[in-house]
Amino acid sequence: MKRQTKTKIIDFATYIGIVIVFIIMNTLKSNGMLTRSMTGQLVPICCYIVMAVSLNLTVGILGELSLGHAGFMSVGAFTGVVTAMSLQAAIPSEGVRLALAIVMGAIFAAVAGTLVGIPVLRLHGDYLAIVTLAFGEIIKELINCLIIGHDENGLHIIFNATGSRSVADLGLTETGRVLIKGAQGATGTQTIANFTAGFILIMITLVVVLNLVRSRSGRAIMALRDNRIAAESVGINVTKYKLMAFVTSAALAGGAGALYGLNFSNLVSSKFDFNTSILVLVFVVLGGLGNIWGSIIAAAVLTILPEALRGFADYRMLIYAIVLIIVMLTTNDPQMKALISKLIPIRKKGEAGNG
Amino acid sequence: MKRVKKVMALVLVAVMCMCLFAGCGSSNDSASSTTAAPAADSSTAADTTAAGTFKIGSIGPVTGDAAIYGTAVKNGGQIAVDEINANGGINGYQIEWKFEDDVADGETAVNAYNNLMDWGMHILAGPTTTGSSISVSAKAFEERVFMMTPSASSTDVTAGKDNVYQLCFTDPNQGSGSATYIKANMPDSKIAVIYRNDDAYSQGIRDTFVSTSATEGLEIVYEGTFTKDTATDFSVQLNAAQAAGADLVFLPIYYQPASVIFSQAKAMGYAPTFFGVDGMDGILTLEGFDTSLAEGVMVLTPFSADAQDEKTQNFVSEYKEKFNDVPNQFAADEYDVIYALKAALEAANCTPDMSAEELCEALVSTFPTLTFDGLTGKGMTWSANGEVSKMPAAVVIKDGTYVSAN
Repeated sequence: MKRQTKTKIIDFATYIGIVIVFIIMNTLKSNGMLTRSMTGQLVPICCYIVMAVSLNLTVGILGELSLGHAGFMSVGAFTGVVTAMSLQAAIPSEGVRLALAIVMGAIFAAVAGTLVGIPVLRLHGDYLAIVTLAFGEIIKELINCLIIGHDENGLHIIFNATGSRSVADLGLTETGRVLIKGAQGATGTQTIANFTAGFILIMITLVVVLNLVRSRSGRAIMALRDNRIAAESVGINVTKYKLMAFVTSAALAGGAGALYGLNFSNLVSSKFDFNTSILVLVFVVLGGLGNIWGSIIAAAVLTILPEALRGFADYRMLIYAIVLIIVMLTTNDPQMKALISKLIPIRKKGEAGNG
Repeated sequence: MKRVKKVMALVLVAVMCMCLFAGCGSSNDSASSTTAAPAADSSTAADTTAAGTFKIGSIGPVTGDAAIYGTAVKNGGQIAVDEINANGGINGYQIEWKFEDDVADGETAVNAYNNLMDWGMHILAGPTTTGSSISVSAKAFEERVFMMTPSASSTDVTAGKDNVYQLCFTDPNQGSGSATYIKANMPDSKIAVIYRNDDAYSQGIRDTFVSTSATEGLEIVYEGTFTKDTATDFSVQLNAAQAAGADLVFLPIYYQPASVIFSQAKAMGYAPTFFGVDGMDGILTLEGFDTSLAEGVMVLTPFSADAQDEKTQNFVSEYKEKFNDVPNQFAADEYDVIYALKAALEAANCTPDMSAEELCEALVSTFPTLTFDGLTGKGMTWSANGEVSKMPAAVVIKDGTYVSAN
């Protein structure tokens, strides 16, 4: 009973916290009190927060290590760009197009998630990690082969597997424009993403993830994580619940990707490589496995940090790494944990209750 | 126990102090944040009042895979700024110069741009790489900041943006320029092309090279591709090129994979003429690279450090003195960008109290009328869409240095 109220309080605090931060940032932004550097990072921060929360669903709640999360982001990003750009004439409203792009990004990423998930989720542990890693690389290479253009006759798509075909083969009419040029990525994208959309996406993500985790299905998923054999013995459908978590996670990553893709006028698939997957995994691990608000804070802080460290010039990334190591060490140190629980009385009470 | 706590507290305090310092560096636009490499000139620049300086910023990779380009741009710009400041500045006003790292990544480049805008940048003399430049140019166009990139060669950078200019050749010009040059000088070559098909730069040049070759009647016997992840072994492509009888290998790629190609070709006893474009520039300064491998490699570039004219000689000797290195094309490009901006600002009678937007409009109307002599070409002119026209020239690597081919 006590425990349930505690999780409810934490969930509620997470929602309220995000709303408050959004209101503060928006007020500061409209009053011109934020630096340009900060304003420019708001949308990417939102994307990375959604990425971290959604990956936390796979890694923290389902307990399977996924190293290909950037692959889903990539699918969402390019789908979103194509959607938004090809509807430019049909739907003048930027907000509607952005929403549609995010929805389409999520749907395509969910499809990719299902396709990958069905064979992959039969594996677990290290094997699953390696296969998801391979998936991320495959997506990157596939998008490198895609040439997509749009004119009044609709979409023109070429799959350029041999590398010998180019934009000229699309057969676009004069009014047509090329949306994705293979390896050169999507260029000339109209940047319609904004902070409010990012905020709404975070809220949707939180509602989806937190409700899933606290639901009957969520408990089944966590049971699978804690002890697969025991969970199977009480009749939990392993494939169904694993797939549920994995596909939800993929769809949310797709939405984040669409928002990210529409925030930059140039997007190449090599951006979503192994390093990006690992970066998101670092957010999750640093914030704590299964800890949603931890992921949010870790994603925000670690996105801002490299920019805040620009004063160090060439030593920027070195300092970033050192800070990362120190944070990892201190947050895992029992003494530090005791100190934090002393400073925050609610935690202490909660821990005492658990103990 | 207590001691551990104390140590932890100290570490945390240290981390917090670091963050504070970082905050100062980015928000405070005092002279401390400008590049302080050669002390004397920059400090005199800082002494003049803040309102009376042109703030010129640039962006490029000084860390990561493409660091040679960014470093060259940074150093070349620094030399130009120091020279101009020592000779009385632009219209009598000094220049403040700031360079930000972007690791050749679009997202980081936009962050770097925003950082420079916080600093109060008037004109952007960058970014260095193509992907970054496309991302940043959209921002610069929206906010009316004049931007001139030294080395981002894709047409996507300037397309549809009246305030974005290039100082280097565009990719189509490099591809077609190479084909024209080969046609004029080595018309009977059997050509193999090896390019990276997940890279905008490489794919872009290859496309125009192949289409121009078709119209010029050049014979391409083999085309091989690789990606970022397979850039460590080229034996398949080289064997296929050799089997196809290619005696000229066109490499529209960056210098790092090229260095692998050279050593593998030598190991298998295959010695065609290698022909590169501006991405090949920098191969001689690659750490641990045996320069004898690049002997006889031809590079289409507008700049060679051994040119005998006084300007180039002065630039090269100053660069050697300050940075202990031979400048490549990227350094020369950025040096020219700063001087071209100076010429345009003087022609338009601009002063630093104008806003970035006013400066932008003044420069946009001035640049198409300007004729500029620089290190990388004489009589450079710009079209209103931001593309430069200048003569390409080929250089050959001989005894570890670039020598004019003609």
